[in-house]
Amino acid sequence: MQNNLIVSSSPHIASHDATPKIMWSVFFALLLSGAAGVFIFGMRALMVILVSIASCVATEYLIQKLRRKKITISDGSAALTGLLLAYNLSSTVPLWMPLVGGFFAIAICKQAFGGLGRNIFNPALAARAFLLASWPKHMTDFARPFTLDAISSATPLACFKLGKVSGMDELGLSYWDMFLGKRGGCLGEVCIVALLIAAVYLLWKKYIWWQTPLGFILTVGGLSWVFGQQGFLKGDFLFSILSGGLILGAFFMATDYVTSPLTKQGQLVFGVGCGLITFVIRRFGGYPEGVSYSILIMNAVVPLIDRYVRPRVYGVK
Amino acid sequence: MVRLEEHKQQTEHKAIENLPMPQRVYITLSQHLGKVCEPLVKVGDPVFLGQKIAAAQAHVFSLVYSSVSGKVGAIQEWPHPVLGRCKAIVIENDGLDKLQVQKVARSQEEVGRLTPEVIRNIVFEAGIVGMGGASFPSHIKLNPPKPVDILVINGAECEPYLTSDSRLMIEKAKEILLGSELVAKCVGAKDVYIGIEDNKPEAIEIITHQVTKSPSDFARGGQSYKLKVLKSAYPQGGEKQLIKNVLGKEVPSGKLPFDIGVVVQNVATCFAIYEAVYLGKPLYERVVTVTGDCLESPKNLLARIGTPIKELIDFCGPRSKEPSKIIMGGPMMGFAQFTDQVPVIKSTNGVLVLSDTGYKTIEDALCIRCSRCVQECPVGLMPCLIAMASQKERWDLANDHRCMDCMECGVCSYTCPQKINLVQLIKQAKMKVAR
Repeated sequence: MQNNLIVSSSPHIASHDATPKIMWSVFFALLLSGAAGVFIFGMRALMVILVSIASCVATEYLIQKLRRKKITISDGSAALTGLLLAYNLSSTVPLWMPLVGGFFAIAICKQAFGGLGRNIFNPALAARAFLLASWPKHMTDFARPFTLDAISSATPLACFKLGKVSGMDELGLSYWDMFLGKRGGCLGEVCIVALLIAAVYLLWKKYIWWQTPLGFILTVGGLSWVFGQQGFLKGDFLFSILSGGLILGAFFMATDYVTSPLTKQGQLVFGVGCGLITFVIRRFGGYPEGVSYSILIMNAVVPLIDRYVRPRVYGVK
Repeated sequence: MVRLEEHKQQTEHKAIENLPMPQRVYITLSQHLGKVCEPLVKVGDPVFLGQKIAAAQAHVFSLVYSSVSGKVGAIQEWPHPVLGRCKAIVIENDGLDKLQVQKVARSQEEVGRLTPEVIRNIVFEAGIVGMGGASFPSHIKLNPPKPVDILVINGAECEPYLTSDSRLMIEKAKEILLGSELVAKCVGAKDVYIGIEDNKPEAIEIITHQVTKSPSDFARGGQSYKLKVLKSAYPQGGEKQLIKNVLGKEVPSGKLPFDIGVVVQNVATCFAIYEAVYLGKPLYERVVTVTGDCLESPKNLLARIGTPIKELIDFCGPRSKEPSKIIMGGPMMGFAQFTDQVPVIKSTNGVLVLSDTGYKTIEDALCIRCSRCVQECPVGLMPCLIAMASQKERWDLANDHRCMDCMECGVCSYTCPQKINLVQLIKQAKMKVAR
């Protein structure tokens, strides 16, 4: 037996959490929201999801093959990027858009920086920003829920922005509708209940932590209430949370390991920062929604947060 | 701090058994921190049980004793569990346990009259070292350069698999407390705290019983004894961690416990001190937990120092699976062995015989900044950043991230989902920075 003994440095045991397990858990938890999207917007949504995932995985495979690096598509991170990108698109986009977006996300935003762990910006969100800047028309056309033909509809946030409506009742929507996802929007962001189920699961598994999402959501909700469109302390707290991509962004995009701070306190700062910027964009900016831009801007601030928000070292005052 | 799978149930209820004496013992000349000893015997010399066979001319070292009686067969290089190789005195055992002179046993009254200097000298002469793993010579620790008022007895045993301290507390509670009284007397401590993790209810009950039943038995210097039940988490038994969680105090960075008036001693060390002072017995045997998923009947064994671990493993056999790793110590900080010929040394608290756990560190893995190591580091470091600095050989950066405060507990490597051996990279940085 002597010759077969493994000699390695301690520790000799490790936790069962491995990157592929975590990535695929997030992926599968998110599928519920995608299923809801397909239910609400039809098979077209499924096509967008599949093309986006295929594009991301294929791009990762090709680049790693070309660079003669280890192929890591089985770790689930490229597939997850593809899924998240699709969730940030309207179901009505032409199918070449998720294709181009997936390529951009993996090739430019991830692999060009050195692969998983080295990217500065969330690849799915950066790709969304790229698509929005390049083809704004396609990106802001949304399908009406439960109609098979693509009748364009504005999102509730856009309606407010354009001053078309001044209250929920004028939209013909109840909070319950918004909670279930019966509204126009990106295909993976509308069904809040599905997203919350996934979020609770990931929090319970300790794959994500509450600091970023809670900081994010409460900041947006709080500011929207305090500085409401209808007056001071008269804003619509619930509407601000249920509309747009806040829940998707706060629980699944802002919590991306690679592009968020290392300490829990830092993650809280990060979440609050995201919330602040989201509110400013929604209220004063040119776009109706600011979740993705706010996360991208805060991604750039992460090194700064990590520099100043550090854990207290034992025995150091 | 992390909760680990304990794997203690295989041995925690098994009483300590005597391991049959081996035919030959291999007593290494380094069993402690400090200077390596020189042999005092020659090949062919007869030796007695408990005879001093090696010593050094230095301040920091510990004497080495024969663990059997017989004849010196050889003095040669031999595998060493920590150092890889080391010179060892090989003694052919005659199986008679012959003593040179009768041991001097002391009654409780006689012990009560001993001065701290005399106790320290007995501890030195018995060759006692810290038996929790660090193996620092105890007589030095019993002579703190600053006034000490608190003694913490370490019964945490936070490493998975190990139960030797736990069994000792269950079976020898009174002796441990008598030993700790001697330590308290030497260092001048008024308050004695015993820290035990809550996964050892039997030990907690017995120690509580001893302390409350007849407190005056172990407090002739007026010490007070308090039991502190700790949450089971790793590394609860780390010296600085223990001080924080028992006393609510922190040892300042770069300082030692006595700087804040505290001394920590392991329960097995207290027991060895008891045996030396009360029974006149030098340190030549110790309790070793022999366990792991490859063994049919894991046990807690009282083994002679110098016994090759093969004898311990065979005694707990037969092997149910082919082992892929033999670890001396616990799975978090223990040393993987390349051969089962390595002998038991004074700090050997466990021998683990494990089949393939499937755990491999990945050489070229990149950190994904998941922040688990940062959240779990008991010292409050950012291990991933130190490791990254170490990979890039930026020792200045590693130092800025306070790599020297790392106690090498291995929690960061344990939690890493990318299976990067963070603690190994941090150890490298520490070595470079220390230079």
